[in-house]
Amino acid sequence: MRTGATGIIFRREFLAYTRSPMGYIVAAVVLLLDGILFYVGPAAGELLSGEVLAGFFYFASGMTAIAAVALSIRLITEERQSGTQLLLDTSPVRDWEIVLGKFLSALAFLGAITVATLYIPLLILVNGKIAIGHILIGYLGLIFLGGAVLSIGLFATALTRHLLVAVAVASALTGTLFLFATLSQRVGPPLSRVFAALTIHGRHWYGFQSGILHLRDVVYYAALTYFFLYAATKVMEAKRWE
Amino acid sequence: MVHVTDVTKYYGRKRAIGPVSFEIEKGDTVGFLGLNGVGKTTILRILACGLRPSSGTVSIDGLDVLRDPHEVRKRVGYLPETPPVYRDMKVGDYLAFVGRLKGMTAEAVAKRIPEVEERARVTEVHDVPTGHLSQGYRQRVGVAQAIIHDPDLLIMDEPTHDLDPVQIMDMRGMIRSLKDSHTILISSHILPEISQTCDRLLILNDGEIVASGSEEELGETLLRSRRMAVTVRLPGGQGSNGSGIPSTEAVEAVIRKVAGVTDVQGSDRPEQAIGETDTMTLQVEGDTDLRAEVCRALVEAGHDVVALTRAERQLERVFVGLVGGVRA
Repeated sequence: MRTGATGIIFRREFLAYTRSPMGYIVAAVVLLLDGILFYVGPAAGELLSGEVLAGFFYFASGMTAIAAVALSIRLITEERQSGTQLLLDTSPVRDWEIVLGKFLSALAFLGAITVATLYIPLLILVNGKIAIGHILIGYLGLIFLGGAVLSIGLFATALTRHLLVAVAVASALTGTLFLFATLSQRVGPPLSRVFAALTIHGRHWYGFQSGILHLRDVVYYAALTYFFLYAATKVMEAKRWE
Repeated sequence: MVHVTDVTKYYGRKRAIGPVSFEIEKGDTVGFLGLNGVGKTTILRILACGLRPSSGTVSIDGLDVLRDPHEVRKRVGYLPETPPVYRDMKVGDYLAFVGRLKGMTAEAVAKRIPEVEERARVTEVHDVPTGHLSQGYRQRVGVAQAIIHDPDLLIMDEPTHDLDPVQIMDMRGMIRSLKDSHTILISSHILPEISQTCDRLLILNDGEIVASGSEEELGETLLRSRRMAVTVRLPGGQGSNGSGIPSTEAVEAVIRKVAGVTDVQGSDRPEQAIGETDTMTLQVEGDTDLRAEVCRALVEAGHDVVALTRAERQLERVFVGLVGGVRA
């Protein structure tokens, strides 16, 4: 059976996460910090169950973004450093297949880490009253947010063969998009509306956090992800023949 | 099979190669010989569709590398200087991954892997992660990945790079065994590697091909002289106590008298040639093959000739002559 190159690369990259200490370290740190932040944050006060769950998703969104940067930066940089990029460059594989395969593998691994935090919403469910839909929408939001940050990281890693530069670029881009949420509250219109429309968190995130699904937010994350994956593909195309 | 016409490659304003033109026939084993940094890898990467030429045309099996890069990539196996292995993958899994990447079906890959592992002599490390392998094994895995899809053209960039002498011999044997089933293009700056494995040489200097042909053709065309090594037994005891210099001069004088001899270079002390201590070897250069004449002259002068061979390192002289000596 002939599987597309995307599937072949997805499988290799996903297994690479499970074989490397990096994948386990990211998973362990995210799960630990998610638990600690939940314990000292929303779980510490006297709040409604829905508010506790929203608080959990709020902290989890930050951890997901950090994990996404950590998981994405190795994707192409490592290939260039080890020389395996030459194998991909001289194989009958299109650049978008490489980018998509790598993106989906990182998203699947990030998804697995995210799903491992499910015990926290279940604890809230057992001890309080929350809607299953709230949990599902919250997790959907984490996947959308994580996917968007992964695409930014993938773009950064396509730009350079230096790991630290890739980390710096990915962190700067993601940080700026997060910062827009704060800026949108500090400046007056029309700039506030521009920042609010562009931010990766704030306006686009709060719906997911509160269990409300807005088409606007879904479109935003999908468009942001597509934009950076497209940019990463173009960078790969340019570098492949350099 | 391979047609390269007026290809150049510029990095910014710096010319890396070109214009370069050459052809390789199907079934040939061709060696790219040149010093480090003269553009061998650049040409090989252009042929492997990993680099775009700045100008000129390259076609492989009738397919243009710029118009049909994917089709060309299916027909080319490429071993870069550093084997492109994923160190976390076991050899078998890695070869399966490369095979699938090259467009093979899962069934075809499963059938092909044992065959390729046997040819590259890596069967015994099938379940070992490539990161745990020695450099020699890793290089063999590199060869295996390059032939997994049975390419028409096999390109190997410095295949004996970083190998020890035993591994080098092993790799040469492997390359010879692949000659039957692939057109092969090898690059190297190591002369014996090229002369012992290739039928034809392309000598590259400063981004341009300065000569091409078999080792013999190049030697005859470019050196315009023949070299031989003559080993003569010295009179008893003279070699071991260092007093053989007059004898060396006498032998040299006899050889110089032979018509056609243009140069004689002798050592100032006896050499331990062919297991004997009291012998000396002289390098003789002439405008034709003068082995018979030199031998006759020495015997008539009362010297014992114990060996007379055409000088080795013919290719080295051609190479050094073409690239203008050792560069700084």
